Amino acid sequence: MAVTVRIPTPLRKLTGNQSEIREEGGTIREVLKNLEVHYPGIGERLTDESGELRRFINIYVNEEDIRFQDGLDTKIKLGDEVSIIPAIAGGAE
Amino acid sequence: MELSEDQIERYSRHILLPEVGGKGQKRLLSSRILIIGAGGLGSPAALYLAAAGVGTIGIVDMDVVDLSNLQRQIIHTTEDLDRPKVESAREKIAGLNPDVTVTTYPFALTAANAREIVAGYDVILDGTDNFPAKFLINDLAVMTRKPLVHGGILRFVGQVLTVLPGESACYRCLFREPPPAGAVPTCSEAGVLGVIAGVIGTIQATEAIKILLEKGHLLTNRLMTYDALTTTFRPVSVRRSPKCPVCGDHPTITELIDYEQPVCTTPGI
Ligand SMILES: [Zn+2]
Repeated sequence: MAVTVRIPTPLRKLTGNQSEIREEGGTIREVLKNLEVHYPGIGERLTDESGELRRFINIYVNEEDIRFQDGLDTKIKLGDEVSIIPAIAGGAE
Repeated sequence: MELSEDQIERYSRHILLPEVGGKGQKRLLSSRILIIGAGGLGSPAALYLAAAGVGTIGIVDMDVVDLSNLQRQIIHTTEDLDRPKVESAREKIAGLNPDVTVTTYPFALTAANAREIVAGYDVILDGTDNFPAKFLINDLAVMTRKPLVHGGILRFVGQVLTVLPGESACYRCLFREPPPAGAVPTCSEAGVLGVIAGVIGTIQATEAIKILLEKGHLLTNRLMTYDALTTTFRPVSVRRSPKCPVCGDHPTITELIDYEQPVCTTPGI
């Protein structure tokens, strides 16, 4: 099943500047795995060595934080939208 | 305090609003807002809050005006180059509205001076451009129980979150700790569309006024994200985390922290 994944600005370099990507997967973990296959390097930006989501990045399924669902094992349904949102601080000095 | 005839005229478009009225306007005039960073976010926020008649505006910024600031820091002008930002901002505010008292803090906010600076203010508006400052300000707001309006911008996107300590999710409930240096592009390497600062800074000012007036629904427990390239505002829900290191059930952060992270040397975007 394919879902829409919204890519935050800092990661668009890795996705050829695409802001939305259709990706396969039944859970967030599977979607991230497929993202890494298609856009190498994106995985390590999102998860740490132990496979956990980095602490300054959140993932939302339809505006709900996956931390308050089943984390990376949160299931995805047809039509769901996945947003990756990192902390941002400033623009330019 | 009674409004003078000039004040009734100056604030007439506010007074016409049932949600503000004479009572709300007097409340604004007796309110105190601390703006940290007189940069991209702080500039529009300070100007609108001054125009709105917020009686006392504190401004914290250690920097002088640089030519590269003027693309977005609209409280400063070309003639202000090399002047302290707090002085430049104070002058513009005085010219805009003599009802406003400006208190300036021409130095960096640190763990050592933050509590003293914030004492006496009703609301904190975060106009800084770096993670150490943002986490320090969040922790300060939680520890001193001051409402905080957080804002951040990068390239073509912005984020805003209002924090009512003890009631709603704080910035650390959302993001537990600052990213390591280099993990998220900031500052000079990334760039920012100047006008984004205006969009996000004015939303922050709006939230601050709503807090003072106790009107409307605040941007609490929701992070508003704005993407200028697609002209999309999208809120995501934020929950107060019982495991939050600063506002959770068993806080592990009980003192303010100065993070040792190389970041922009310039507070205020
Ligand atoms: Zn918290």
